[in-house]
Amino acid sequence: MTMLTTELKAEAENLNFYYGSVQALKNINLSVERRKVTALIGPSGCGKTTFLRCFNRMHDLYPHNRYEGRIILYPDKINIISPEIDPIEVRMQISMVFQKPNPFPKSIYENVAYGLRVRGISKKGILDEAVEKSLRGAALWEEVKDRLNSLAVDLSGGQQQRLCIARALATDPRILLFDEPTSALDPTATSKIEELIIELKNEVTIIIVTHNMQQAARVSDYTAFMYLGEIIEFDKTDKIFTAPSSRLTEEYITGRFG
Amino acid sequence: MSTVFEKELADLKEKVLRLGALVEKAISDSIKSLTERNSRLAAETIDRDPVINALEVAIDEECIRLIALRQPRAGDLRLITTTMKITTDLERIGDLAVDISERALELNEEPQLKPYIDIPRMAEIAQGMVRDALDAFVKKDSALARDVLRRDDTVDQLNYQVFNELLFFMIQDPRTVSRAVKITYVSKYLERIADHATNIAEMMVYLVEGKIIRHMLPD
Repeated sequence: MTMLTTELKAEAENLNFYYGSVQALKNINLSVERRKVTALIGPSGCGKTTFLRCFNRMHDLYPHNRYEGRIILYPDKINIISPEIDPIEVRMQISMVFQKPNPFPKSIYENVAYGLRVRGISKKGILDEAVEKSLRGAALWEEVKDRLNSLAVDLSGGQQQRLCIARALATDPRILLFDEPTSALDPTATSKIEELIIELKNEVTIIIVTHNMQQAARVSDYTAFMYLGEIIEFDKTDKIFTAPSSRLTEEYITGRFG
Repeated sequence: MSTVFEKELADLKEKVLRLGALVEKAISDSIKSLTERNSRLAAETIDRDPVINALEVAIDEECIRLIALRQPRAGDLRLITTTMKITTDLERIGDLAVDISERALELNEEPQLKPYIDIPRMAEIAQGMVRDALDAFVKKDSALARDVLRRDDTVDQLNYQVFNELLFFMIQDPRTVSRAVKITYVSKYLERIADHATNIAEMMVYLVEGKIIRHMLPD
């Protein structure tokens, strides 16, 4: 593994995860570098989405799910999967964008302002400023600035997804999680989201799960290949896609898997 | 899985080997046309060069097509990119065999200056380097490729030796200059062939190990 800089944003240490009695993640160790894009790839059921969801405690929504080990968030060095840490607070700092755009049945404005309102912020000036900043950050402002009170569900699929990114940005997160953010989008909307991801990493650390290997190659700095709940290989993306070390990785990314 | 692509890659490799076989034959025939003073063989070698050129272009086009349509990754990507590079070297070796044949045609018109001893040795080593570099390609054998790299020095030494020997002839008798210069050319062409074989072998190390070893001191 070649990690040139040492500025970490998060680090999974001996992370295990269980859905009831089924172990879905096995002793995961992974460093996430600050303001870089880390991609998680691997076949269906390999644990990549399970791993991603650990970062914002999504698994807490269901009983019988169990974490072991730690995910340390830097620079505070808090263990975000510790039971003492409030999952709502974790989700404020580590936001997620899902596979299908899922705007709330509210206006464009209220979608973006939602996270801040949950935090108890209600001053119009502060909300206005945050909404504009987030929509600009998600490259959507110019398209919607004249209709902020229209329903979000009336936007196109690609616009809805950028709205969800704006909503995620509004709470000023430290890490943005993307779970196959373009699998429901056409190629034009996909390339807009990819451009956006590359721009966003100037501000925020990104972890992305994708089935599209070319997408991982295009947007990420580091790639982790997962299989059967384990990380098989983690390295710089260009290394993974030109000369991976593991035979399993090679077989998967060249389409000779299984 | 991905069987169509695998067949395309197998076809591509087969084309490279066919190009390699044509080039090896060009080297050995060009040298034979000189040492056996067989001008007909020299002319045939020159006439066959367009076949090598056409095959080089066909392989390049196939590589570009595969990159565009298949977005190759990892080992596949290295196979296709190294193929594009080594076909250039193979085609250049073909051109050098033409150059040797042209010098053979000229030298065969005049009395033989001296028995050819080092030239056939150089040709044998250079041809063996090309053959083994391509063998490394087929077998994905980077140890064999590294062995090819080590042989280049011998060819360089022989080239130097041939040059010095012919220099002596030219100093002794200026009437030999025209023939001696042409033989030094042949020697230089063989030395260049060995250099191209070295390039191919270096690319084979990259193909197999993913490591770029060009312009580095031998380990």
